[in-house]
Amino acid sequence: MSAPAVAMLIAVVAIVLALVYYLVSVILELRKISAGLDKVIGSVVEIIEKSAPVNDVVNNINGQLDAGVDLLEGLLVKKAGLTDSMGLIEGLYPGAAAAGLRNFPESKDVDPPRIGEVYTKGTLTLARLGREAPIATASPNGPAIRNPAYATTASRKLYPGGRPLEPEPLPRSPVIGTDSPVQYEQRDDIGKPRKRMPAQG
Amino acid sequence: MTLWWIGDGLLFIIVAPIAVYLLDGVLRAAKSIVPSVDSIARTAAAGSKDLDAVPLLLTTQSQVEQTVAGVAAYGASLDVIVDDAEAGQ
Repeated sequence: MSAPAVAMLIAVVAIVLALVYYLVSVILELRKISAGLDKVIGSVVEIIEKSAPVNDVVNNINGQLDAGVDLLEGLLVKKAGLTDSMGLIEGLYPGAAAAGLRNFPESKDVDPPRIGEVYTKGTLTLARLGREAPIATASPNGPAIRNPAYATTASRKLYPGGRPLEPEPLPRSPVIGTDSPVQYEQRDDIGKPRKRMPAQG
Repeated sequence: MTLWWIGDGLLFIIVAPIAVYLLDGVLRAAKSIVPSVDSIARTAAAGSKDLDAVPLLLTTQSQVEQTVAGVAAYGASLDVIVDDAEAGQ
């Protein structure tokens, strides 16, 4: 065999060996990828199975909440009127009146009155309880301002120097007598014999 | 004879390096996919675990139904005891 033929044979064998090495390596990597994809498929199937009922449940919840919103909006407008309703909403959640009521599109055009001009002070106080009320721990404006368990700040403000043991002294009684600053007209019968009732016949 | 040597030269200088270069590229690409697939598998497993709380939606659904029923009863009571707004408001 000639030298060039031997050289070519060596070259071909080298190329074939390189092909074998690289292709086997690629096969091993593809097997790893296949195993990894099997895990992915398992997890994805779990996700699909777990999320299957979500759509129906969430639609049901949304339907229930829609009914609640319809009910409350309708009741509010029925009882307070559309204009006052928007004023009340604006008073409770400033800026919310601009969005209007969902079932009353014309509410967006209402100029909301200032709540204090519509309702009495007592109603306003009740309406503004919101975050200040211990019960409003789940207020949309944030957590309750008062601590439901230890709300003593307001009561402590009544006696900032401590609760007094005795009441504060009241003004003295009016001065009476001849030198009193206020003189009353003297009665005529003073110093005279006491009047007697006529005897019954 | 000269053609043989030319052919050997082409084989050693051009064909073999190109073949090795291409095969090395395929191997690198295959190796780079493995970490990505592992990462996807971990993410999918975590996503599946995050959905473990989905059955609680049934409880939420039940509580929402009860709450809305309570609101409806409360609203009906208010409708009875509170006067309607004056007409024209």
